[in-house]
Amino acid sequence: MIGNRVLFALAVAAVAAAAALPFLGFAPNRLLSGRPIPLSAALELPWGLAVLPGVWLLAAPFLRPGRGVLAATVAAAVLLASGLLALAGHHAAQLAALASPAARTSFGSGFWVLEAAALLAALDGVRRLGLAPAARIAVGAGAALLLAAPLLAGQLDQLSILKEYANRRDVFADAVVRHGVIVAAALVPTLLVGVPLGVLAQRRHAVGRVVFPVLNVVQTIPSIALFGLLLAPLSALAGAWPGLGISGVGLGPAVIALTLYSLLPIVRNVAAGLDGVPAPVRQAARGMGMTPRQVFLRVDVPLALPVFLSGLRITLVQAVGLAAVAALIGAGGLGAIMFQGLFANALDLVLLGAVPVILLAVAVDSALRLAVALLARSPA
Amino acid sequence: MIAFEGVTKRFGPWVAVDDVSFTVEDGAFCVLIGPSGSGKSTLLKTVNRLVVPDAGTVRIDGEDIAALPAEELRRRMGYVIQSVGLFPHWTVERNIATVPSLLGWPKARVRDRVIALMELLHLDPERFRGAFPHQLSGGQQQRVGVARALAAEPRILLMDEPFSALDPITRGTLQAELATIHRQTGTTIVFVTHDMDEALKLADRIAVLDHGRLVQHAAPRDILARPAGDLVRDLVGREEWGLKRLAVETAGERARPANGGVPDGEPLPGDTPLRRALSEMVSRGTDRLAVVDEQGRPAGVLHLGDLVRP
Repeated sequence: MIGNRVLFALAVAAVAAAAALPFLGFAPNRLLSGRPIPLSAALELPWGLAVLPGVWLLAAPFLRPGRGVLAATVAAAVLLASGLLALAGHHAAQLAALASPAARTSFGSGFWVLEAAALLAALDGVRRLGLAPAARIAVGAGAALLLAAPLLAGQLDQLSILKEYANRRDVFADAVVRHGVIVAAALVPTLLVGVPLGVLAQRRHAVGRVVFPVLNVVQTIPSIALFGLLLAPLSALAGAWPGLGISGVGLGPAVIALTLYSLLPIVRNVAAGLDGVPAPVRQAARGMGMTPRQVFLRVDVPLALPVFLSGLRITLVQAVGLAAVAALIGAGGLGAIMFQGLFANALDLVLLGAVPVILLAVAVDSALRLAVALLARSPA
Repeated sequence: MIAFEGVTKRFGPWVAVDDVSFTVEDGAFCVLIGPSGSGKSTLLKTVNRLVVPDAGTVRIDGEDIAALPAEELRRRMGYVIQSVGLFPHWTVERNIATVPSLLGWPKARVRDRVIALMELLHLDPERFRGAFPHQLSGGQQQRVGVARALAAEPRILLMDEPFSALDPITRGTLQAELATIHRQTGTTIVFVTHDMDEALKLADRIAVLDHGRLVQHAAPRDILARPAGDLVRDLVGREEWGLKRLAVETAGERARPANGGVPDGEPLPGDTPLRRALSEMVSRGTDRLAVVDEQGRPAGVLHLGDLVRP
């Protein structure tokens, strides 16, 4: 019998991908499309042993699910994900030794499916284990370390994406910092406007009736269109008062657009968090003789905090993604690398921009989820 | 002393409290009773200014409370509500310490006070001090609610249907404990309920409200003896009136001198309500019971006939 349907589906997908899809692609240079290399061709000893944890993952769906099986599954999935990276890096190094320096080895679609399946299996296992926040931190840190190990050891240096990185080492570091700056710069006005607006919308229904439809409409405007819409008025403003330091392109409009998108989740969750404070609790607080300020700071704020943090999480993850699009109006960041790759038809350059965006979003998401979980455990 | 003088409160066209005047003496246990929508809870809230009257004055010891800062006024009184309203993110200890902390008591004094109150309300301090409200049963939560209200040694305790969400056994226990606390502390209590049995058990004065008007304000036995109007007659129960009447008099008051023999069996304390005494007679299958006073000395004999003596 199948004990774990999720794991079973992932195993089926992984086996199919391993058999039918190319694990790596090998091209004579970065502009030509590659020759597919199946997983079987890369499975030589000793590095071929890296896929051994996969055997456990194929068996695990049929075992009776217990905590021991789940823990072993998580460990095997993370080891497999890390092993696949190491195996790909090793094979790329072997190919590079025989080819010209311009030759490129890239991840194939089979690799991505296998890697995704392994990571999803790990996530599913962690969720089923229902770990305490402290244990979750430990597991997450361990997994991150295992996954980063092949990269840090230089095992992946011969893969195309790292060759692209080597070519753009300086630009890359700047782009990561710039990306963070865009998100942080948008976060400040978002909180300064969004939190008071959320409080107001919850207290005065008239405010909420105006604010929420407007923010909902903003949310439906495609991001590229919003950047375009801001271009004209900001350029006009810059033309009229050159001293203001505003321009239609660059950081300014990116921050404004990101702020507009970020307001809805913040305002909505501040209002929802405050709505969730039980009326009797507020009545008791007033009846005990707390001033309105004390009721707000000692009762409303702590009780609304978890819902607010969920909103902050949504906002930040969304902003990390949207900031990539902001490169189109010259705001820079990791999006700039992505678009360079897109325009040059260099897929690995696109990945060099996209993968850190994904990692950044995942890191922000996990950190805030953890904060919410910690708050839920110790209500004081 | 709390004096209501022509207190009126409207919510839109709805008159919740209509020109109510009466006085609650110091140390009294005053129960406000009436059907839903009679304005009893609104009237209670005018005392701590959670409701501000449209007309009339509420005075405490002669002082118009409208002249005091609302927060200062509220910190001087305890306040207990039906849904308890404990702060879910605070421990039991911090909940009880709410008002003393607001008043800026020194930490050691707050701590001692919390422990004393938990003992008064039969909550084991070691077990419950660090607990959060969601870890407690409904009865325990309301014990914490009462302890929190008593924390700053208020001279006035306002209670808005505090026990009506509890099961009958827990409610009975808490009623008895509240009566004891009232006797020990001498706190003036204003207590809202819709349950006449609860009112008769606890009150020394009952104020009956109907459609925002004060219908009757009297001692429990006067309410029973001379109910003013149909509403009060309904509240005291047309069918169970006699039993309710028995509930407000004690065995000690009706016992006759023991001329000759004292009946066998466990004697009744003198402060036992006559209703309990009747129940004892039925369950023991006897028509006479020995009565003793507070020191356990013989205080006479209660005959079945004494219960129906006018």
